[in-house]
Amino acid sequence: MSGPIMKVVIVPCSGIGKSFGTVAREAGYHLVEDIRPEQTRLVALSKLVMGDEETRGAVATHPAITIDGCKLNCAAKTVRESGGRIVREVAVQEVFRRHKALKPEGIAELNPAGQALARVLAEELTPLVDTLTSADSKEDRHA
Amino acid sequence: MPELPEKKAGIIACSGEELAEGTVSRLAALKVLHDTRPGDAVTLCLPLFLAGGQGERTFARFYPTITVDGCGLKCAARATEKYSAKPAASLVVTEIAAAKGIAGIEGRRRLNEAGRKAVEAVVEILEKEVDRVLGPSRRRGHRTARQKEKK
Repeated sequence: MSGPIMKVVIVPCSGIGKSFGTVAREAGYHLVEDIRPEQTRLVALSKLVMGDEETRGAVATHPAITIDGCKLNCAAKTVRESGGRIVREVAVQEVFRRHKALKPEGIAELNPAGQALARVLAEELTPLVDTLTSADSKEDRHA
Repeated sequence: MPELPEKKAGIIACSGEELAEGTVSRLAALKVLHDTRPGDAVTLCLPLFLAGGQGERTFARFYPTITVDGCGLKCAARATEKYSAKPAASLVVTEIAAAKGIAGIEGRRRLNEAGRKAVEAVVEILEKEVDRVLGPSRRRGHRTARQKEKK
């Protein structure tokens, strides 16, 4: 019998002023809604910083992946300050450097290249989510 | 005469990623910023504001800010008041939607029809608040010579 699946918390940046912030959010949605809906959970950064107990509890008890849209790394900083365990900090710009053809444009609505960059980013994170959740499943079985 | 910094309204949207209403707040803020009141408003990035961005905090301390929250938790309004000053106006998407009879907002990634109607409803109120906090001389159609020059 297997226990409930341990979820990985995904915390994208809430940036509103740059395309990279939109890519971060879109990648988070892609991972949580399309690729691994059962194994992941999205957390709103604003709730986390304002000290929402349930949200802080979620990052304190689950591994977290942060996706930041700029070098200020607000998502990673906030998760760390909330006592979370970050297993991977992703900067959209780093992913873009490896995929120069996918230049994101648009904030309210990403261009196709930006959407593709978000998908690439989400897909790159999928093996990590699988590793984390399979390890947690094993721990659950041995508990 | 010395040229003083131009007065602008700061818009802080909660952007709550977990709820469709958070998406409404973000899209409404962007529409006012880029389409309906360009030059009159700036957007302040909530995470940066919360994570200690001194520029954001200083702006919100000296310029009027309007917060747009997706839900009753009012993270944007509370954060603004906590770190800078009480917002000049505080809008909540769920309250505006209820007042306008808009129900069933869904699609945090791609808003449904109700969500798009909610964006328009929030934009309408947000525009009025921007005009109100900037005062009569900055209302649409009454732009200053300096603004006209910039256009």
